[in-house]
Amino acid sequence: MSTSSIALPGNVTDWQLPSRGRVGMWCLIGAESAIFTIFVVAYLFYIGKSTTGPQPRDVLHAPIFYSVCLLSSSVTIHLAVRRIAANEMAAFGRWWLATILLGGTFLFGTAREWIHLINDEGLTISTNLFGTTYYSLVGLHALHVTIGLLALTIVAVFYFSAKLRCEYAERLEILSMYWHFVDAVWVIVFTLVYVIGVSQ
Amino acid sequence: MSTNTIVLSEAPARPLPLRLHEWVTTVDHKRLGILYVLYALVFLLIGGVEAAIMRVQLIRPHNDFVPPEVFNRMFTMHGTTMIFFVVMPMVFGFGNYLVPLMIGARDMAFPRLNAFSFWMTALGGLFLYFSFLGGDGLYGAGSAPDVGWFAYAPLTSKTFSVGHSTDFWTLSLLSSGIGSIGTAINLIATIVSMRCPGMTLGKMPLLVWLNLVMANLVILAVSPLTAAQLMLLVDRYLGGHFFDTQAGGSAVIWMHFFWIFGHPEVYVLALPAFAFASEIIPVFSRKAIFGYPVMVLATIAIGFIGMSVWAHHMFTIGMSAGANTFFVLSTMAIAVPTGIKIFNWLATMWGGKIRYATPMLFCAAFLFQFLIAGLTGVTLAVAPFNWQLGNSYYVVAHFHYVIVGGIVFPIFAAFYYWYPKVTGKMCDEALGKLHFLLFFIGFHLTFDFMHIPGILGMPRRIYTYEPGRGWDIWNLIVSVGVAFQAAGILVFAGNLISSYFRGKIAGNDPWDAWTLEWSTSSPPAAYNFAVIPTVRSRRPLWDLKHPEDPDWRYE
Repeated sequence: MSTSSIALPGNVTDWQLPSRGRVGMWCLIGAESAIFTIFVVAYLFYIGKSTTGPQPRDVLHAPIFYSVCLLSSSVTIHLAVRRIAANEMAAFGRWWLATILLGGTFLFGTAREWIHLINDEGLTISTNLFGTTYYSLVGLHALHVTIGLLALTIVAVFYFSAKLRCEYAERLEILSMYWHFVDAVWVIVFTLVYVIGVSQ
Repeated sequence: MSTNTIVLSEAPARPLPLRLHEWVTTVDHKRLGILYVLYALVFLLIGGVEAAIMRVQLIRPHNDFVPPEVFNRMFTMHGTTMIFFVVMPMVFGFGNYLVPLMIGARDMAFPRLNAFSFWMTALGGLFLYFSFLGGDGLYGAGSAPDVGWFAYAPLTSKTFSVGHSTDFWTLSLLSSGIGSIGTAINLIATIVSMRCPGMTLGKMPLLVWLNLVMANLVILAVSPLTAAQLMLLVDRYLGGHFFDTQAGGSAVIWMHFFWIFGHPEVYVLALPAFAFASEIIPVFSRKAIFGYPVMVLATIAIGFIGMSVWAHHMFTIGMSAGANTFFVLSTMAIAVPTGIKIFNWLATMWGGKIRYATPMLFCAAFLFQFLIAGLTGVTLAVAPFNWQLGNSYYVVAHFHYVIVGGIVFPIFAAFYYWYPKVTGKMCDEALGKLHFLLFFIGFHLTFDFMHIPGILGMPRRIYTYEPGRGWDIWNLIVSVGVAFQAAGILVFAGNLISSYFRGKIAGNDPWDAWTLEWSTSSPPAAYNFAVIPTVRSRRPLWDLKHPEDPDWRYE
């Protein structure tokens, strides 16, 4: 029996299914959300359970400026993706580089905060439960920002070597879904660590 | 003659290294599926030997076949191996192989991610078994992990688990977990985005539906396990305190994190097994599946309820009355959709023209074994009853009844059913029936009688016991059953090998089945379908074979 014989005389026209990249990215975001949920639950559960200092309210200061940087990078990447879909490559490049810059600034902020906490406050991942949960949760998020920045930088390399074309707009949009997710997670981490965590 | 056969007959025999290289670098979903299954079979033999070592040790009181510390390693390695490196890769292998063929696609959505996922899983198995060599570390303490397959804190802390055995355990689960999540993403994207024209969600074969729900469960359940392993690594390598009770950490939260994975995991393994039964029972009853929409809804219900029952593994640790009540009720509720499934399979067989070929034998045994497993599950869902029998051999008997009687039996059915498609040769029926008989006898000797020492108070994980407690004869019977199971497995392995070389040529559709994979050649060409098919009903091959009475008139 030949395979072609099962092509029944169907009345199926215009068979459209969702893009596999988009579906795959949604699934990845689902899996990452589950991972973050466990770390968030652990952080919540352990608030106020440290047997020794330092406590969050003594050492944490909300990184407002760096948070604004990260959240506004969601806007710039959105604008960048819209520009490449419209085949305006120069505008795309400007917004894309702005995104990398804003994301990099955020990472710089995390690094500065950690250096301060380690050197001046004596808080490391093994100091107490607060240190363990804080560095794990914020570090897991920073790891995701780093991976995102790597991906954004690879795209930037393609942009500067003039290999990027507007046909790839959908792929970049899928990458931007990941970046939006990383930003959204920061809203939760920020609320938990710098608002709920320090008020206890 | 179709183009497939021409391509196949033209392929010249290449030297072995080149052919092996092709297998290592392959991104073809069928080859990766076969790799998953072969990999799982190797670990099935290893995990089986570990079980046999435990049963020899327990065959009589005060036996000294292995020392206690080796016994601890055996139950840890047996559990970890069987769950993560036998049943999971097995169901992923079948899913990988069958899902694209059943939905009329040429490959998975992300072939390279597929290969990555397989090799991450393979790496996980290597990590686990490398512990026999590398687990000593510099401490000369312990080789393989001996903390039990759920690795409760504080056993996993540096204090109680010196050396690297626990590190290998956690790295192994971390890397195979990443592989599992990758495969799950791939399965969902494939099922959502790659279906052939006409195959709406309501026309997908049940196997595809069940794999879709399974993949969602993997994403929701394996990710927490991955997170918990990361925390354990932080504790062990960076001096963290997540599970360190001395510094205010909690041992109970590890239990929650583990079982949030651990219970949905049962459904991750069971749903593909149900999927095999849902494909095989109709074909061998010569009837369409009874109540297709209800089967789909029951599957989705299992997915949802399965996420909210995890703490029934923790009744014995002492939770609040509210938590106990919630988990008792949710656990009992899950018996409803599973019960619906059993009735639907029975109704499919009812009035059918049943052919008891080997796949159907395994499915028939599965039906009533799974029923018994479910019933002992309902007894264990009652918290006060659980306080009596938790952590006894009754629990061990119950979950082996689920996993062997309710999951491994349909997996064997799937082997005999799809072997002709994968290899192009029929699996020998006489040997298949001998395998069934031996394994069926062995299974019931071992796991029916294992309930009794549990009820008599024998705790799990003890390396030996005092004579005269009424446990002796039951342990002897249980251990004798293992010999039958081992013989069955050897017949099975021999059958797979000998049928590959000497089996009858299968042809495209040896079972007169109805789903798309039987429309291609056996084995299918690399591209699966020369022309992408179009379907109009749930049984496209029925429509093709019976143009005068096609299914799409009634659906």
